[in-house]
Amino acid sequence: MEVDEPVLLPRLARVAVCGGTHGNELSGVYLVRELLKEAQEKERDDEGPLSVQTLLSNPRATQQCRRYIDADLNRCFSLATLNGPVSEAAPYEIILARELNASLGPKGSQEAVDLVCDLHNTTANMGLCFIAYSDKDWICLHIFKHLQRQMPDIPMRFIHFNISKKESYSLDSVGKHGFALEIGPQPHGVVRSNVYTAMKVGVRHILDWIHYFNSGSVFEGGYVDVFTMVKNIDYPRDSQTHNITAAIHPRLQDRDFCLLCPEDPLFQTFSGEELTYKGNEPLYPFFINECAYYEKGIALSLARKKRVMIPPIRAQTEVEKQASEQSFASEEEE
Amino acid sequence: MSTHNNNNNTARVTAARRVAIFGGTHGNEMSGVALVNLWTKNGAEIQRKGVETRPFLANPWAVEKCVRYVDTDLNRAFTPENLSAPGGDELPYEVQRAQEINKIFGPKGSQEAYDVIFDLHNTTSNMGCTLILESSKDSFSLQMMNYIKKAIAPASCLVLLNEHPHLKYSTSRSVARHPVGLEVGPQPQGVLRSNIFQAMRVILKHALDFIELFNEGMEFPSCTVEVFRVLESIDYPRDANGNIIAMVHPNLQDCDWEPLNPGDPMFQTFDGQTVHYQGSSTVYPTFINEAAYYEKQQAFLTTRRETLAANAISKA
Repeated sequence: MEVDEPVLLPRLARVAVCGGTHGNELSGVYLVRELLKEAQEKERDDEGPLSVQTLLSNPRATQQCRRYIDADLNRCFSLATLNGPVSEAAPYEIILARELNASLGPKGSQEAVDLVCDLHNTTANMGLCFIAYSDKDWICLHIFKHLQRQMPDIPMRFIHFNISKKESYSLDSVGKHGFALEIGPQPHGVVRSNVYTAMKVGVRHILDWIHYFNSGSVFEGGYVDVFTMVKNIDYPRDSQTHNITAAIHPRLQDRDFCLLCPEDPLFQTFSGEELTYKGNEPLYPFFINECAYYEKGIALSLARKKRVMIPPIRAQTEVEKQASEQSFASEEEE
Repeated sequence: MSTHNNNNNTARVTAARRVAIFGGTHGNEMSGVALVNLWTKNGAEIQRKGVETRPFLANPWAVEKCVRYVDTDLNRAFTPENLSAPGGDELPYEVQRAQEINKIFGPKGSQEAYDVIFDLHNTTSNMGCTLILESSKDSFSLQMMNYIKKAIAPASCLVLLNEHPHLKYSTSRSVARHPVGLEVGPQPQGVLRSNIFQAMRVILKHALDFIELFNEGMEFPSCTVEVFRVLESIDYPRDANGNIIAMVHPNLQDCDWEPLNPGDPMFQTFDGQTVHYQGSSTVYPTFINEAAYYEKQQAFLTTRRETLAANAISKA
């Protein structure tokens, strides 16, 4: 890509860091509490043009150390769910999602926060992952590239779910930009110091990047390897009881992002039989053996990898912003 | 059950004819659930000559919801008060369940009680394969554990002895004459890992082999068994409101069964400070960072190493 001129993008004025969207994913819960404590103690001066709000998304589930109370909060943010009919008997998380949409959104509008960073853990051996709905959001991709450089010892991947803004269903889709920051492996209900520290350092670097960006730095272009989700595979199940009849094969367990080829081992039945991958195409597995996905019928997800070239970017200055708004307005007149 | 020493100090122990295998005492500890489901469908693997082996899902409602418990921890529920409590279906689910289990496999302490109950558990702690013993005087169980350890060597299987006056609790397996706990980790709650599942299966195979051999008349000479005896429970540092303010230190995380010396790092606060172990002597920590113990105010258990002598045993 031969573009020397950086792409100009609006500054990020309002950022939300969310933890406890799933109440038993504890790194985010404890990190948000710690960040709130730090903010109180420091009595931070005006951060300049940047306002960072830190919040626990699902307080009731967090208090009970459960993923959710009635419904998975991180599936409640599609436009259909947000704007659907209101009922008094609605699940707790549907009502909560609408409140979050009102304060961080509304999703799709000018009032929405500029960036949502939603903190998660997984029982899968995924290292640190960004999960986003776009493979062309230069802000998210540049933040990821920055983290890769700043934290070279942590395995890091960018996962892309190819879903439209309208259909996107997770909390991070409420902001103008957004991603989930997913770190594993960690059992739910447990806080592991190494995972907490990685998340804490990661969030610190994310906020630093935003400061640099807002202050006018140019971020040079480059590339990011993006994993685009293709499909899920469920466990083999008993036709009557629906209980699973096999476990992830020991040669696949913990091998997230190691290429899975046709005929590679996939499952091992309880009677010792090996079941192999029947797809035609080698794909990259992730979310291998994520606890919360048993009930969603997902043993693992599969992705294609591609290299995405990202342009250099810079924040728009006030002048540039106004010029661009004026030229847009005059275009409309014509 | 009668055990009495003859002149050669061999304990005569009644044959173990009725054996139960409990899975899902905690509904989200998946190895035991999967094994019991498997063996309920096809029990060939657990059959042994002269033994009735019964696989049993101890807490089916918790298993269905994939939670540790519904109202209260079943594995703490087998107290004398609970087992005799009136109230029928007004009682918490697990207390009702404990009474049912006591009826089927007990009554606890009586002649009719099952000979052996194996209680299958998983832990998020890096404990490997651990057998849990409830009494240092239970020669039969000690001999079984000795047999299992030798059978799986060089793979390791350690023995945790909980005879602590306050920390010992009323387990579901305590209904039987010989309660044997089997704890395998690390495995997240709600997750089934192949290697963990297989490890538990192998241990049970050897345990049942032992019972079959014993029942057929094999004598087991006296032996010594290394055990880790429970000393005390250490909680997380907490603030005035009871919130946890530190995590297990990276140097201690996953170091179950390794010596913890006075002065060693123990916890790390969320802002990076180290809290050191203040005990007066070296201990062996276990159950380090078990998810279910946050609410029980336990970050880990300390133990000390001991060698127990087991009497020779033969069938009465």
